[in-house]
Amino acid sequence: MDDKVGDETIMTTILPRKDVVIVGLGWTGSILAHELTEDGLDVVAIERGPWRDTATDFNIGYAQDELRYAIRKDLFLQPVTEAMTMRNNTSQTAMPMRDYGSFLPGNGVGGAGVHWNGHTWRFWDSDFRIVDNLTRKYGAARIADLQLQNWGVAGEELESAFDRFEYLAGISGKAGNIKGEIQTGGNPFEDPRSRDYPLPPMQMTYAPTLFAEVTKSLDLHPFPTPSANLSEDYINPLGIAMGQCTMCGFCERFGCANYSKSSAQTTVLPVLMRKKNFEVRTDSEVLHVDLDVSKKHARGVTYVNTSGEEFFQPADMVLLCAYGLHNVRLMMLSGIGQIYDPGTGEGTVGRNYCYQTNSGAQVFFDDKNFNPFIAAGALGQTCDDYNGDAFDHGPLDFVGGAGINCIPSNGRPIQTRPTPPGTPRWGSAWKQATVKAYKATLGFSSQGSSYPTRGNYLDLDPTYKDRFGRPLLRITFDFPDNDIRMSAWVTNKMEGIAKAFGGRQYNISPRRKGWDSVPYQSTHNTGGAIMGENPRTSAVNKYLQSWDVPNVFVVGASAFAHNAGKNPTGTVGALAYFAADAIRQQYLRNPGQPLVSA
Amino acid sequence: METHCLKRPTRRQFLSSVAFTILAGSAAPVLARSISGALPWEARSADPPVQVKPGGWLFFTPEEARTMEAVADRLIPADDLSIGGKDAGCVVYLDRQLVGSYGNSSRLYTKGPFMPGLPTQGYQAPDTPAQRYRAGIAALNGFTAGAKGGKRFAELAAEDQDAVLKDLEAGKITLPDKVDARSFFNLMLTNVMEGFFADPVYGGNRDMASWKMLGFPGARYDYRDHVSKHNQPYPLPPVSIAGSMEWTTR
Repeated sequence: MDDKVGDETIMTTILPRKDVVIVGLGWTGSILAHELTEDGLDVVAIERGPWRDTATDFNIGYAQDELRYAIRKDLFLQPVTEAMTMRNNTSQTAMPMRDYGSFLPGNGVGGAGVHWNGHTWRFWDSDFRIVDNLTRKYGAARIADLQLQNWGVAGEELESAFDRFEYLAGISGKAGNIKGEIQTGGNPFEDPRSRDYPLPPMQMTYAPTLFAEVTKSLDLHPFPTPSANLSEDYINPLGIAMGQCTMCGFCERFGCANYSKSSAQTTVLPVLMRKKNFEVRTDSEVLHVDLDVSKKHARGVTYVNTSGEEFFQPADMVLLCAYGLHNVRLMMLSGIGQIYDPGTGEGTVGRNYCYQTNSGAQVFFDDKNFNPFIAAGALGQTCDDYNGDAFDHGPLDFVGGAGINCIPSNGRPIQTRPTPPGTPRWGSAWKQATVKAYKATLGFSSQGSSYPTRGNYLDLDPTYKDRFGRPLLRITFDFPDNDIRMSAWVTNKMEGIAKAFGGRQYNISPRRKGWDSVPYQSTHNTGGAIMGENPRTSAVNKYLQSWDVPNVFVVGASAFAHNAGKNPTGTVGALAYFAADAIRQQYLRNPGQPLVSA
Repeated sequence: METHCLKRPTRRQFLSSVAFTILAGSAAPVLARSISGALPWEARSADPPVQVKPGGWLFFTPEEARTMEAVADRLIPADDLSIGGKDAGCVVYLDRQLVGSYGNSSRLYTKGPFMPGLPTQGYQAPDTPAQRYRAGIAALNGFTAGAKGGKRFAELAAEDQDAVLKDLEAGKITLPDKVDARSFFNLMLTNVMEGFFADPVYGGNRDMASWKMLGFPGARYDYRDHVSKHNQPYPLPPVSIAGSMEWTTR
């Protein structure tokens, strides 16, 4: 297999066949590798970044380094390796994000699951069957300007998959609904679950404790945020031990040195890596999935190592388990499915890209000390009273909603120095205001849903290329008007909460139109290879199997048909288990066949 | 169906891009490898930061360093709350950053074409931070030489320095050589604050001055004893990655 390019020849080495090749060894790749190796399959994972583990890479001697990890972004995908371009709408020319800002994709073994905060939610049945639900309640006209779609699954089908992910990860929380019985102290708006979380909620710091008191006084329903920062020592069902979170305040953007934050490293890899039928090849980038001439069957993947050597890895199955955006780009680069065209609405790959619609509030006190550095990524309180379909949208001019979260995750001083509006940015007056506000400020935020529109999508950039000459992914996105109205309404509710704290002053940061790629907002990029009921409007079926190439499964938040007002990882983990079950119990009996007829 | 014919880079192009990445990193070259059958473990494979030691300049000329020390001392003036930006080592920090992967943008996407872009699309110019400081400091001193009677920035009185910085921040000054005043001011402000608040191991925040000022305990990693002591001051002084004040030799 020689390719002539100019005067150079690239030799591709053909490797021995494997049963399964997995692209990316993060949360989903690790879970699927573990599940499929249990059936005796020979599995290889190909990971673009390095091997990473706790003692060597998140070392307790220096893990707490804000400059290195939070500012210089040592653990993240570096734009030199792969950038993306962005624009707000098709009238603009997309430009490359020369540094990642608004979101921070992961890199290396563990993926973005290394540097997450650990909020672990279940999406609701009213999300999975969103069109049925909203049409029944409010009529089809209400959602006519959105491209909402049912996901092809019901919430109860995913319950055991959510449960397994939460027990794998040792999630700390309080159930709000066990088999239909509302539980005091939990989230009364959640769907029924079969049992409580594996661990009790974390001990609360001062700010969320106060937030719970204030919101209760306003007749809201605060509850402890379900957290992958462990409240107690834990041994998970694979026999892997984790330690109690020490609330060090170095969570998001950092690996955990304490074995206290759930990740592939702390929950799966110690068992997976010992299996003789599993292998990971690190620092090796998959260039594309190779299809046969019919374009209906994947033969394997082609990847390149750090020496520039190319390999073809034949496999019976290909599982795309990279970050959601990378899954979508790999499909496009491989010719799996048809790329979405916002002009005609045809094509499925790149369709229904969504993000997250957030806003913030701060309350400044004179007489309180919140010790902001005593914190963990998911240590806090949430109110879901205005989230999803928990409230009546009948008289309102939008659909969707937001969780309101008081989760003060750190007091790291390069980035976390709140000051009241109007404070100078430097000089003695700046310093006085900074010192006064550092310990005495309480922040809370809304994490809002992001609903699809015809014009928000992913495709390949016509101009900018990566280091191999492949086109970069192009993101065309702005906050839809529906979501801006939703966020304004929720933010108005937040202002009422902020006033009720009785601080010296408060400040509200609403969400405005014009997505800005520079300031950090959220690494919750969803969609682009969405699951659904219909191959004309979805890229994968309910089991995350490609409609077009049935021996390819595409696992991750790329499958979300919209994004809810919740962090995606819990649902990503559940979908990984759901896909694994479908492969083990159905697909392997009839390999290569679609699990859902088109 | 759309298909994409990919032009692959030549082996030489690819190898040069790999070499570039390796030179930019602090650690040994990372090579592809296969791992199976056990969790890999190698002794001493961790990668701690190296303590920056003040003394001499690796990037700045002495003249540039004087300018930046004057800037750092106005952005973070010495007062009752802390030492100033110069004494805190903010310019030593900056100097060392500018000779590393930050200074040369080696981790960023630096392929053309370069076009102005919209504010929502972020920084789009080809210049690296190192190039921006070289040009920006020269432009700042060129401006003050013209507008302030031949004086360089560092030679101005503190009030005059503050006035110049405020005008830079507001974009009211047009700097020579097409240096964008507001953008250069924001770069300096960002980096000086990084140096002041980062772990002292990087050359700034001398004696953990900023952490003591705020009451941030630094690299402590376990607050379980204090988590339920709501609204009560945390009793312990800060520690750095390199250890506590008491361990540091002077």
